[in-house]
Amino acid sequence: MRDVNAVPDRPQPEAFLRAAAQEGRGKLKVFLGAAPGVGKTYEMLNEGMARRKAGVDVVIGIVETHGRAETEALTRGYEVVPRRDVDYQGRTLSEMDVDAILARRPQLVLVDELAHTNAPGCRHPKRYQDVQELLDAGIDVYSTVNIQHLESLNDVVASFTRVRVRETVPDRVLEDAEIEVVDIPPDELIERLKDGKVYIPDEASRALNHFFSKSNLSALRELALRRAAQAIDVQMLDYVRQHALAGTWAGGERVIVAVSEQPGADGLVRAAKRMADALRAPWTALHVETPRDKLFDDEDRKRLAAALNLASQLGAAVVSVPAESVLDGIISAAADARATQIVVGKSSRSRLFELRHGSVVDRLVRATPAVAVHVLPLNGAAPTRRSIGRPQEWGQTSHYGWTLLMVAAVTAIGTGLFHILNLGNVALLYLLPVMAAASLFSLRAGLFAGIASSLAYNFFFLPPTGTLTVSNPENVVTIVVLLGVAIVTSQFAARVRNQADLAASSARQNAALAGFLRQLNLTANEEELMQAICAEISRLLDVRTVLLTRSPDGPALRAAVPPEDRLDAIERAAVDWALDKNQPAGRGSDTLTASDWLFYPLSTASRTLGALGIARDDGRDPVRSDQIPLLMSLLDQAALVLERVQLEAEMRDVAQLKERDRLRAALLTSVSHDLRTPLTTVLAASEQLSHGATPELISSIQSEAGRLNRFVSNLLDMARVEAGAINLSIEPIDLTDAVAAAVHDTRAMLEGHAIQLEVPPDLPLVRLDPRLFHHILINLLDNAGRYADAGTPITIRATRPADALILSVIDEGPGLPAGSEQSIFDSFRRIEGSDRSKSGTGLGLAIVKGFAEAMGAGVDAASRSDPRGAAFNLRFPETLLVRTGEGALPA
Amino acid sequence: MSTAVTTLIVDDEPHIRRLLNGALTRAGYRVMEAGTARDALAALDEQPEVVLLDLGLPDRDGLELVPVIRKRSRAAIVVISARETTEEKVAALDLGAVDYVTKPFDTEELLARIRAALRTSLTADGGRASVTAGPVHIDLVNHRITRSGEEVRLTPKEFAVVAELARFPGRAITHQQLLNAVWPNDYDRHIEYLRVVVRNIRQKLEEDPARPTLIVNELGVGYRLMGEV
Repeated sequence: MRDVNAVPDRPQPEAFLRAAAQEGRGKLKVFLGAAPGVGKTYEMLNEGMARRKAGVDVVIGIVETHGRAETEALTRGYEVVPRRDVDYQGRTLSEMDVDAILARRPQLVLVDELAHTNAPGCRHPKRYQDVQELLDAGIDVYSTVNIQHLESLNDVVASFTRVRVRETVPDRVLEDAEIEVVDIPPDELIERLKDGKVYIPDEASRALNHFFSKSNLSALRELALRRAAQAIDVQMLDYVRQHALAGTWAGGERVIVAVSEQPGADGLVRAAKRMADALRAPWTALHVETPRDKLFDDEDRKRLAAALNLASQLGAAVVSVPAESVLDGIISAAADARATQIVVGKSSRSRLFELRHGSVVDRLVRATPAVAVHVLPLNGAAPTRRSIGRPQEWGQTSHYGWTLLMVAAVTAIGTGLFHILNLGNVALLYLLPVMAAASLFSLRAGLFAGIASSLAYNFFFLPPTGTLTVSNPENVVTIVVLLGVAIVTSQFAARVRNQADLAASSARQNAALAGFLRQLNLTANEEELMQAICAEISRLLDVRTVLLTRSPDGPALRAAVPPEDRLDAIERAAVDWALDKNQPAGRGSDTLTASDWLFYPLSTASRTLGALGIARDDGRDPVRSDQIPLLMSLLDQAALVLERVQLEAEMRDVAQLKERDRLRAALLTSVSHDLRTPLTTVLAASEQLSHGATPELISSIQSEAGRLNRFVSNLLDMARVEAGAINLSIEPIDLTDAVAAAVHDTRAMLEGHAIQLEVPPDLPLVRLDPRLFHHILINLLDNAGRYADAGTPITIRATRPADALILSVIDEGPGLPAGSEQSIFDSFRRIEGSDRSKSGTGLGLAIVKGFAEAMGAGVDAASRSDPRGAAFNLRFPETLLVRTGEGALPA
Repeated sequence: MSTAVTTLIVDDEPHIRRLLNGALTRAGYRVMEAGTARDALAALDEQPEVVLLDLGLPDRDGLELVPVIRKRSRAAIVVISARETTEEKVAALDLGAVDYVTKPFDTEELLARIRAALRTSLTADGGRASVTAGPVHIDLVNHRITRSGEEVRLTPKEFAVVAELARFPGRAITHQQLLNAVWPNDYDRHIEYLRVVVRNIRQKLEEDPARPTLIVNELGVGYRLMGEV
């Protein structure tokens, strides 16, 4: 199926002005495609033909069919202006003959491949220039072009497809054109490519294999839609972004802002938002979790949380990336998100700091060459600097004890081995406790070990032994080395420890997210999903959760963990706020803070799906600031999954609607046939009555009128079933009565079939609607009469298994086609493959099923083998049966 | 000429009136027609003996008309309706209509119903002494029922049901009417009772109880005794 995303013809405001200048000029319409093979030419030919049929004088200027039969077929019925042959270096190339077209003066000319380069010797080097000339002459032109041929996008496309096209079209050519995007999903295009339906010149096929990757096609498609939208207006762009582009990676701009705990971060977030708005780009607020985060005080945490919150409110995706340094985090996140713009704040650091560490900004700019880096001043007070890797505490006393023990042990070993070791090697032994203490414990423990070692070394080994005097200056070096080793080792060890911590925290967070997604994906429907969202967030953050969605009567509570059945007015107001404004509301937010709950909107780029409420039993702020990044990720994921589930449900609804439409169409066809056939007979026969009545005429009028009557009452019944408007008037029914009445009413239809009744007289009564049940039986008998072989008996048999009563209508005939036992109960189904023509819409069995189910009974069908035929079984469960012993009767 | 039975057709559809008029005239009835409830009430002055009443009238619901006609005339009312719901049939019968037929109807069947209706109205209120239906003879005075000449023993309830049906042979008697007649003092009565009793009667009287021809069920309405006079 082709999916043509036509953009309505709505000119830019300035286009009205331009229109004046264009009076008398032809109009250009461009069929814009994301890639070769989407069907631009096909679409152009189709539309041209529609215009031609509407009376417009349309000719083909030039169309390349590439030998494809489909396309070739479409060119039939067109007048084709002959091409002009151009000799070039001994070869003959055929080009569009502009002069011939100008002489022919059609109203509309179709010109394929706007970006084509003409052979040397033509009037214009480029085909679009030919087109300009045609337009200037007042001839309308339809043309086609792929998005990568647009001059301004040439670089962009080449950057990710690694295929650069030489033939480009200036953007201004398209500015005045009406653009129709010919759009098919990437998967379909790849499929067509595999099927060989896409024309690719041989020399380019190798390069194009890479070109046709799914991600490239998605990006190209996005570019095409975006460009089309740009040509129309801002509203359209939003539409495209919301509907066509959610989820695919953007070919356009993407802004990342790095948010820190420093004062002024909120200003940075706002600036990034303005930039994103100006660029109409999605944006991301990034917090890089470095080891330094552990040193945050409450103020820092609050500021960071507020800035991230603000970003989330302003529409940013909030991401938290653990990294060794802020710089590393920004670089990796920017690469992941394919950011084109990075916004960072510049704190007022001391010149000394920058001399020592180099400017972070400089390094960022160097590390991200393809990205624009915006540095904004942070307009807050400079925070106190803290650094890690330097001792902040003394550590545990036991560490020093262990250190002393190690030094003592080494001293003992050294004493024992002194007779085989020289002095220098003994000093080396002392490196062991120093390195061990520095790496296992802390820098201070390492320094302590260094000092203790040098003292021990000095006292026990350096001459003069037994004193702390150093006679040989060489030995001072040994002491200094021991201390130096302690410092260096501890620095390295601290960094390794930090990285391990980071990796662990990152792994924890990733594991939490992965587990979350796994849980969500296990759910089967929206209700379960909502419950899972609540349960998982509740578990991960140790909070109470509720989930609400919009409903016609205000927010509706859809899930809660632990179960919660009511919310106060203020909570409802907060939910409303969260849903309407797409902002957090409630305790800990800026709005309705008296609420016990904090509500976050669950939203995706295109809509707000619901609100998640969070509360803590102990009344503290619902979300700890360090949990915010995780929560944001969880909410984002939850919203995406929820949207997917809802979209799937909507798709199913659409599919059902389509199915219903199909049925309706089938109904109309069938009804008109089945109504007209008997009517025709009746009309014709009654006309002939004027020439004299014969028994044949009269009987055919009677039988056809009877058929018409049955058919109309079936239609009415079906309408009732479909409208769900069956009014039941239930009463206990004696199956004998019901069967006898049905047999009586169908005697004319079942002529030639003996009816065998196997209905024992002592069956329980059945609670049913007598009229509906009558229609069920009539339809089953009618059906049996239609399909039974002539002269065979039709059996009505009641059986009484343990927990039900079954009434079967059994015929002897071809039976049911294998596998159709369920589907024969669908509307408008007639058994296919039967060589006998059967009248009737096939409504009968659908009515049987509809009525039976409305009364709490069931029906199934099965083929039988001996004798061959079909059996339709009505099953009345025990609940419908009425036991009537003689004793139950009052005297 | 004056001995002919007068019938009144009340139907807003001229085609139906014309059709019925032809059929009834051929059957020897004198026929009057009315297209509205107002005309129908006016025509009652002519003392029709049978009123064929369509329930869907332009100016008034036919169902409302049933008690009005009953009050002002001794005519037997046969309801003709395209409405299918059993509630309306039951309501019409309980309001005093003698019988009903559903559109589209079989003209022969309608004439048979009219004859049955006339019989019951002519014999005043159930003054019939005996009914014969095929091999079955029902003697209402002596409470005796025979089948092919042999006496059949019925329980008192069974006889009461048969007797109530036999008072108006050929007419549909609603469940409610039967229950009222047979269990007059029982306020918690159920159709089940009736079903069981009828089933037992059939076992005793019918040739083939699975295909009853004597006591015929009217779907959702009641029973009819298919008898001759």
